[in-house]
Amino acid sequence: MTSSRPILLIMLLFLTLCATIILATGMGFLEIAPLEVIKILWSQAGNHKVSGIDPTFPFVVMEVRLPRILTAALVGGGLAVAGAVFQAILLNPLADPYTLGISSGAAFGASLAIVLSLFGIFVPAWLSIPVFAFLGAMATLIGVFSLAAPDNRLSSNTLILSGVIVAAILSAGIGFIKYLADEQVSVIIFWLMGSFVGRTWADVLSTTVVVLPGLLFILYFARDLNVMALGERTADTLGVETARVKKMLLLCASLITAICVSVSGIIGFIGLIIPHLLRLILGPDNRMLLPACFLGGAILLLGADTITRAWLPAEIPIGVLTSLIGGPFFCYIFRKKQLAAAS
Amino acid sequence: MTQPPLLFQLSDVSFSYRHTKVLEGIDLQLCSGRFYGLLGANGSGKSTLIELIMGGHKALAGTILYKNKSIESYSRQELATQLALVPQNFAMSFEYQVSDVVLMGRHPHIPRFSSPAKTDREAVADAMQTMDISHLRSRPVCALSGGELQRVVMARALAQETEVLILDEATSNLDIHHTIAIMQVMRKRVTEKGLTVIAAIHDLNLAAAFCDECLVLKEGQLFAHGPVQQLFTSELLHRAFAVEATVHHHGNHGRPQIQFRYQ
Repeated sequence: MTSSRPILLIMLLFLTLCATIILATGMGFLEIAPLEVIKILWSQAGNHKVSGIDPTFPFVVMEVRLPRILTAALVGGGLAVAGAVFQAILLNPLADPYTLGISSGAAFGASLAIVLSLFGIFVPAWLSIPVFAFLGAMATLIGVFSLAAPDNRLSSNTLILSGVIVAAILSAGIGFIKYLADEQVSVIIFWLMGSFVGRTWADVLSTTVVVLPGLLFILYFARDLNVMALGERTADTLGVETARVKKMLLLCASLITAICVSVSGIIGFIGLIIPHLLRLILGPDNRMLLPACFLGGAILLLGADTITRAWLPAEIPIGVLTSLIGGPFFCYIFRKKQLAAAS
Repeated sequence: MTQPPLLFQLSDVSFSYRHTKVLEGIDLQLCSGRFYGLLGANGSGKSTLIELIMGGHKALAGTILYKNKSIESYSRQELATQLALVPQNFAMSFEYQVSDVVLMGRHPHIPRFSSPAKTDREAVADAMQTMDISHLRSRPVCALSGGELQRVVMARALAQETEVLILDEATSNLDIHHTIAIMQVMRKRVTEKGLTVIAAIHDLNLAAAFCDECLVLKEGQLFAHGPVQQLFTSELLHRAFAVEATVHHHGNHGRPQIQFRYQ
C-alpha cells in the first residue's frame, strides 16, 4: 500500500493521456503535426499570435476535433470509474454499469425520445435524447433500489438480481419501441450503437460538470470502499457507514453512467476491462485504482474513437468497436482466471 | 475483591425479524476484563445478541447500555475503536495482501487521507506475529487456506486494539490445533491486558476450558448465566442442549470437563 509504484504508474498514464489527446487532434482527413497542435492550443489559451500555420487549422482543432476528443476521453474515464465503483460495492469483479440495468435505462429513455420525435410529439431531438436518457437511468436506479429495498443492507445479490430483472423488462421495452419506429428503426439502432460524431463544447461541458466532481466525490470514500471489501458486517464494525456509503456511491456512479450514455450512446466493456486490467497491475487499493481507471478509460476510449475516425476507411460506431475488441479480450481474461482458479 | 467495571447492561431486550421472535426479555450485565462464552443451540439467538451489543441492530424493546450510555448514542466510528468483531464466514473477492487486510483493522484509528503512522504499523506487525502469519504478509488473501484466512481475520481484529473483542463462532472452521492456539491467545490477552472477550462457541468443552463465565441462550431467552465452574451440570446440559452428559470436575485447574453419552 505504501510503495511508490502506483503513483509512478498514474503519472505515466496522465502523460500518456496528454500525448494521446495531442496526437489524436493531429490525426484525420487534415494531418496536423503534433508540434503545430501544441502551438495552436498555446495560441488559443492566451490569444498569442503564432505564425506559419495554415489558417484553417485552428478552426479544425478547436471547433471540430477537440470537443469530440475531450468528450470521448471524459466518457471513457467516467465509464471506467463507474465500473470500478460498481465492482467495489457489489464485491463482484465482473460487475459494471450494465449489471444494474443503468445503461439499459438510459438507452430506453433515449429510444423513447427518438420515437417520440419521429411521431412529432417531442422536439428537438438534440435536447430530448440526453434528458430522456438521463431520466431513464435515474428511474431505473430508483426502480432497482426500491425492488431491493426490503433488504435494507443492500446485499450484492439482491442488487444484481434486481438489476437483471429491470434490465430484462427494459430491453423488451426497447424492442417494442423499435417495433413502433417501424421503417425509421435505423435511427434508434444507430444511436444505441454509440458514437461521438459531431460532439460540441456543450457536450464537453455537460460531461465535465458531472464526471469530474463525481470522481472527486468517489475518491473521498476510496478507503471506505477498500474496507467494504471485508464484507458489510465487518465494514460496519470498522466504523464505515456501509449502507449509506453504498447508496451515495451507487447514486454517484449511476449519475456518471447516465451522463456518459446520454452524450455517446451505449459503449460497452470500458467499465469492465479497464478496472480489471489495472487491478492486475496495481492491486485492488481503490485510492490508486480509481484515478488510474479514469486515466486508463480515457486513453482507451479516445484511442478507439481515433481509430474509427482517422484510420478506418469508413467510420464504425464506437460502441460496436469497443465491444468487438473488448468482448473477446474479456473472454480471454475470464478464461485465464478460471483456469488459474482450477489448477 | 473489587467488582470490575461494568461494560454492557442489557435490560429486558427483545428483538424479532419480521414476525419471528428471536430474543425476548434479555437481562444481562457484562464486566470488563472477563472472557465470556456465549452458548446455545443453532437458532437460539447468539448471532442476533452479538449484532445487538455491537450496535448493528436496534433492539425493538428494552435498553442496551455500553459504559452507561445507550449503544445507539455512539457513532459507528466511536464503536469501532471500542468493539471488534471476528465473523464466522469470511471471503474476499479482491486480491488484497495479508498485511493490507490486517491494516484495515486500523481503519477507525487513521484519519481520512492520512498514511498509517508508526503506531499503526506496529499494531499490525504485533497482531500478525501473535497470530503467526508474519510469513504470509505479502500473500494475496485469495490464495490462503481456510485456517490461514481465519487467522488473518483474527489478526485484523487484534490490530483494531479495542477493549472488547467479539467472536462469532470464529473457530468453528478451524482444526483443533489452531482452535486451541487462538483460544490461548484470547485467554492470555484477557488475563494480562484486561481485554474483554465475548465468544459464541459451539464446543462446550472449549468454553469450559477457557471462559470465565458462560451465557446460555435457549429459544431466544437467557437460560443460564454463571461462572463455568458452577454452570455446567448434567441437568443444565440436558435442559439447554437436549444431550445426556456427565460433568467431571477433577484436574484441568478445576475447570469442568464434559463427557457426552453418545448411545
